[in-house]
Amino acid sequence: MSKDNQILEEFTSKEYEHGWSVNYEADEAPIGLNEDIIKWISTKKEEPLWLLEWRLKAFKTWKTMTEPSWANVKYPKVDLQSLRYYSAPKQSNKPKSLDEVDPELLQIYERLGINLNEQKKLQGIAVDAVLDSVSVGTTFKATLSKLGIVFCSFSEAVKEHPDLVKKYLGSVVPMTDNYYAALNSAVFSDGSFCYIPKGVRCPMELSTYFRINAANTGQFERTLIVAEDEAYVSYLEGCTAPQRDENQLHAAVVEIYAAKNAEVKYSTVQNWFPGDKNGKGGIYNFVTKRGICAGDYSKISWTQVETGSAVTWKYPSCILKGDNSIGEFYSVAVTNNYQQADTGTKMIHIGKNTKSRIVSKGISAGKSQNSYRGQVQVMKRADNARNFSQCDSLLMGDRCGAHTFPYIDINNSSAKVEHEATTSKIGEDQLFYCNQRGISTEDAVALIVNGYAKEVLNQLPMEFAVEAQKLLALTLEGSVG
Amino acid sequence: MSTLTKQNLFEGFLESSFVGFEKAREEGKASFLNQGLPTLKSEEYKFTAITKKLEQSLSNLSPAKPFDLSEEEVSEAIPQGFEGPILVFSNGHLIKNLCLGIDHLNFSTLSEKLETPIGSIAKVDKDAFAALNQASFEEGVFISIPKKEVVEKPILLLSFNKANLGDVISPRVWIDAGDFAEVTFISHSINKGDTPYFVNKVVEIKGGLNSQIRYYRIQNEGKNAFEVSNIETNLLQDSRFTSVTLSLSGEMVRNNLSLNLLGSNSEGNMYGIYLLNGKTHVDNHTNVDHTIPHAESNELYKGILADQSRGVFNGKIFVRQDAQKTNAFQQNNNILLSNDATINTKPQLEIWADDVKCSHGCTTGQLDEEALFYLQARGIDKIQAKGLLLFAFAGEVLEHIENESFREYCTNLVQERLGSKF
Repeated sequence: MSKDNQILEEFTSKEYEHGWSVNYEADEAPIGLNEDIIKWISTKKEEPLWLLEWRLKAFKTWKTMTEPSWANVKYPKVDLQSLRYYSAPKQSNKPKSLDEVDPELLQIYERLGINLNEQKKLQGIAVDAVLDSVSVGTTFKATLSKLGIVFCSFSEAVKEHPDLVKKYLGSVVPMTDNYYAALNSAVFSDGSFCYIPKGVRCPMELSTYFRINAANTGQFERTLIVAEDEAYVSYLEGCTAPQRDENQLHAAVVEIYAAKNAEVKYSTVQNWFPGDKNGKGGIYNFVTKRGICAGDYSKISWTQVETGSAVTWKYPSCILKGDNSIGEFYSVAVTNNYQQADTGTKMIHIGKNTKSRIVSKGISAGKSQNSYRGQVQVMKRADNARNFSQCDSLLMGDRCGAHTFPYIDINNSSAKVEHEATTSKIGEDQLFYCNQRGISTEDAVALIVNGYAKEVLNQLPMEFAVEAQKLLALTLEGSVG
Repeated sequence: MSTLTKQNLFEGFLESSFVGFEKAREEGKASFLNQGLPTLKSEEYKFTAITKKLEQSLSNLSPAKPFDLSEEEVSEAIPQGFEGPILVFSNGHLIKNLCLGIDHLNFSTLSEKLETPIGSIAKVDKDAFAALNQASFEEGVFISIPKKEVVEKPILLLSFNKANLGDVISPRVWIDAGDFAEVTFISHSINKGDTPYFVNKVVEIKGGLNSQIRYYRIQNEGKNAFEVSNIETNLLQDSRFTSVTLSLSGEMVRNNLSLNLLGSNSEGNMYGIYLLNGKTHVDNHTNVDHTIPHAESNELYKGILADQSRGVFNGKIFVRQDAQKTNAFQQNNNILLSNDATINTKPQLEIWADDVKCSHGCTTGQLDEEALFYLQARGIDKIQAKGLLLFAFAGEVLEHIENESFREYCTNLVQERLGSKF
């Protein structure tokens, strides 16, 4: 046991790779939350009046709401009045293209391994880089616009495509949906907007990279993806934050709208700072993600690899409204040290012949708590709905917890719904088998975990899958006894 | 918030004329007033609006008094083929002179046994109705199976319920099975009246070392019955507890069944069938708490829902940090026969130990078309074929009833229901 403990020790003392921060001159809102701040943000972003009114309405509702307490997570309350709701790197002139963006900002992304200089890029991924509250640059814009695809920062979309934004903003996640969504609606600063016109298959992966840099700042971004009839898009999201002692709040909203025959694939590799080995600091990740399969034969697929955040509260969901629509949710959630995750999905079957599939793999190590919370609801008119859910948990160490809370609500007699869950640890016989063949315990664990998570990792686009695999191995190194 | 509060519906009800158990009563009362009645916002009663139902159907609540029963009425109600001691209850009160075959049975009313540690197993703060019962029960029974005694024949707990509008029947049962004791209980309730009534039952069971306890029950009291039952069992080392619940009717039935596995190598089994039609609402909440290493629990609940019925299932398995080498299995299968029927199920696992084998499965679907076709191709008409398949589906649970004559009795009940109604 002592050797294992030693390995465990080594691992837990491993520093968070992206824990550095950069000092840059920032344009910041005063600390606090009130109507004036919201007006300040809105003015700063030169927003139209309707958006300001929308924000204020959300704020008004938010004031009447209380923080949800049902999740299986414990954390000290966030004092929302002591946060800063807007922080943007100061740039003398509005950059017209990436060439004009402050090289210092581009360097931040280069350090994260994301090259915004598109000439040098071979990967074929268009990136929208969001630093604290604003988008610093979007690549491949010209190529995409030739196809009629709009991919830009949210603020830009508000200015250039107000009709689209107005039509779809809040249509999937209403501003009053929940406490954090309402807060986000009131104070969101930027995010990504993506519109794929009818019949267009987006030729490259679209991606947003979120980075929190400033201290004491909440990040509230909003992503809106609209896929018209027969459109297809694959969207990636990545995130990191510097290592700080205090907890930081990230409350984002993602909305996806899929029209007839459209397909949207949304992948996340979440690697926010998880706090140090004593559970100090880390990001509170309270995110509302929801997609609606509005048209017949549409499909939305969520894939997430969750390795970061001190506390995660996140349920990417699908509303299967169109007949024959499909919703998918693939998730690997890894928690270590004092991390807590309460994550899962909701599949709401409304249309006929709708199908959904849930594969959730939880891995808990150290003193962490990992919960799957999901709902499968089949409405009365959803004839022949089909759902299959599988949620497995892997426990490493005897101080962690794995919990499953599936809600299954069926109102239609033709529905076929299956749910299964297992909890176990890595078998000693499996490790022994590997050892016998000359594979060290460390490598064997990585091998087994990767095999365990493979079903989910296979869903990720290639570039992301490699990153996710590395992250998994890193996060769990030495944590088996 | 419902207009109904603890202040009005149960006003005056919390004062009992019963002498004894003052401390337990005070505890129950304080806990009930603290918890209040559950609303749909309470996670545990999310799908079972029992408070609203009670408010609509009952008023001026008062404790139900026992009513007169004849020997004929008792003998009519005994399940066919039953042999063994019979304890007869009228509105939750034990009627000693109607009990049968009780010569070798060690039991007494709670008023005769004031030292009974009421509330030490079924904790009041777990459920508002358990607290309400503890604050207001009028009478109850204490049954003790001495050390090493094997009670060969099952003990029938035969309850007759008939109440005036607003009467609350609060049965309270304490079962103490000594070390190495073995016993089977059959709980059966009969509705004698036609006014709606509310049964709020608490059963506490203590299983000694290496004891074996089986607890079977039939719930078939018709559409006037509102029932909340809290059954909680503590199991010591090497002991084994098996429960089989057969729910056939009732306006709204809520069963809370909790097993606390306190000794290693103990085993808890929970099985249930709910065959619902009309507007019947049955909610099964089960809870297994693994606190020690090397214990096992198995659970299988199956439901067939027709008409506008509603089934709720919530199975919780807790595996505490010290409970290594736990095996816990849970399964819930449902068949919906109508688009107006609803099933809400939530199989829940909460695990803090790593060296365990735990799994749960849950399905909702309908009969296999191919199996149905196969039977029809062999000349069995569709209705009969359906009945056959449904029986095969539910029958898996019946196999866990060890007593042969009672198993046969239940099999008949199930077959009758599936043949005629579905």
